[in-house]
Amino acid sequence: MSIDAKIEIDGVSVSFPLYHGSARSLKKTMAMAATGRLGQDNQHRMVVGALTDIRFSLAPGERLGLIGSNGAGKTTLLRTLAGIYEPVVGRVSVHGSLAALLDTSLGMNVDMNGRENILLRGLFNGLPKSMLPQLERDVAEFADLGDFLDLPVRTYSAGMGVRLGFALATAIRPQILLMDEWFLAGDANFMEKARARLEELVRGADILVLSTHSLEIVRTWCTRVIWLDQGRLVADGPAGEVLDRYLAAAGAV
Amino acid sequence: MGYRPPHMNQTASPVARESILDFQAGQSFAVRNRQALADVREGLALWRLATTLGWLDIRLRYRGSMLGPLWLTISTGVMVAMLGFLYSKLFHMNLAEYLPFLALSQVLWAFLASMVGEACSTFIEMVGLIHSVRMPMFLFAMRVVIRNLLVLAHNVVVFVVVFAIFRIWPGWDMALVVPGVLLWTLDALALTLMLGGLCARFRDITPIVNSLLQILFFITPVIWKPDQLGQYQVYLPFNPLYDLLEIVRAPLLGEHVAEATWAGAIGFSAMLCIASWLFFIRARGRVAFWV
Repeated sequence: MSIDAKIEIDGVSVSFPLYHGSARSLKKTMAMAATGRLGQDNQHRMVVGALTDIRFSLAPGERLGLIGSNGAGKTTLLRTLAGIYEPVVGRVSVHGSLAALLDTSLGMNVDMNGRENILLRGLFNGLPKSMLPQLERDVAEFADLGDFLDLPVRTYSAGMGVRLGFALATAIRPQILLMDEWFLAGDANFMEKARARLEELVRGADILVLSTHSLEIVRTWCTRVIWLDQGRLVADGPAGEVLDRYLAAAGAV
Repeated sequence: MGYRPPHMNQTASPVARESILDFQAGQSFAVRNRQALADVREGLALWRLATTLGWLDIRLRYRGSMLGPLWLTISTGVMVAMLGFLYSKLFHMNLAEYLPFLALSQVLWAFLASMVGEACSTFIEMVGLIHSVRMPMFLFAMRVVIRNLLVLAHNVVVFVVVFAIFRIWPGWDMALVVPGVLLWTLDALALTLMLGGLCARFRDITPIVNSLLQILFFITPVIWKPDQLGQYQVYLPFNPLYDLLEIVRAPLLGEHVAEATWAGAIGFSAMLCIASWLFFIRARGRVAFWV
């Protein structure tokens, strides 16, 4: 590794313009209006503030947990760290090789078969041709799909899809690992197998950012916790301390 | 000691590609221009991925069919043969003269038209990928262009066969087709970046583009010959698609490309590329919010 991993977020705000008046965005609009997060930008477009003035930095060795209720901005923050959303205000620096395990499909193309999806993932990560067979072996062995590897991902059961997605995402070792909580959901059988592989990946990563509702997972894996509420940073500190405050607040409601 | 269990054979698991992200909101034009250039550079570095994606797109369309992508060649061939007979009767033209012209025109036009049409969905169709991993936006443009070039390569067979049947040999001047095709590729990339972004932002643009394409098909000399227009021929170079079509078609028919046509093709291309680049500098970081 030639560069040191680091994450620096300084005064970042991300807002979603509401362009397309579909039922989904209308529903979203209603939900946002209820929480008072609707606004207008300087061109009088409707915008939803997803993150407001977030700042923190992470050094190698840190394991950050993101907590907060649904819609607190956890996933948006992960996507911002992954470079998918560029902020409208503030500065984002993320140095180091990066893996973002954000949603179950993980950019898999459901019309292509398992093998093709593995090849694409390898190519995207810029692996040399010589490494591709190894990647395929590793993923195939873990996902345990047998002949399904040659069928379109569309034909997989939900469990098989998750196995392939998980195997793919964890086959390539990053310095910075961004992970959404769906990743820890799965049937018990699979989770046991997955856990060892995931723990290895987490140990190997320099920086972990994990978004979850499970406080138990945060306690086991994280050294530091950021508590988000409606896109704002409520608390940032050592895991035990922030979790206690969070639980106290939840209990008070 | 000779035996090692299979899992021990994996030396080191593959390492993700290194990346440095530095975004600062409200940056100057120069910085955003540099970011857009970096996007193109990263996209070009992933050329193997773009080629694979383009090729898989075609394979997917014909997955499960016996002839596979050969259907592209067959359907174009059948259409050209039918239209050739029909139009040569309608226009009272000699089939041996008209059919090779139509075969070539139809194949080239199909490329231009599908390039424009598919440019619209460049980013919209990739919403899943755009929201789950960071990829250079230029990669998606490359994928659409490569896909269309591969389709064109399949269709080239059609007019080569027609030329062979009628024993037509355009002469070595047809090498002049090379600069034409290079200009096409450049224009196609520029068009994909611009239309892809515009159509993601304003969803009404896709249907507008599609209806314009239908009109353009009739006012561009695809199924009729430019000289049938008589004295009005002088206005043809004002149609960008005529200029672009002609710089590739004429050399293959063994004809000379007029200076005005080349001037038009280069002029319109320059305008397209500049407009597209200015748009891309602004739009690159916003595409993830639009799709």
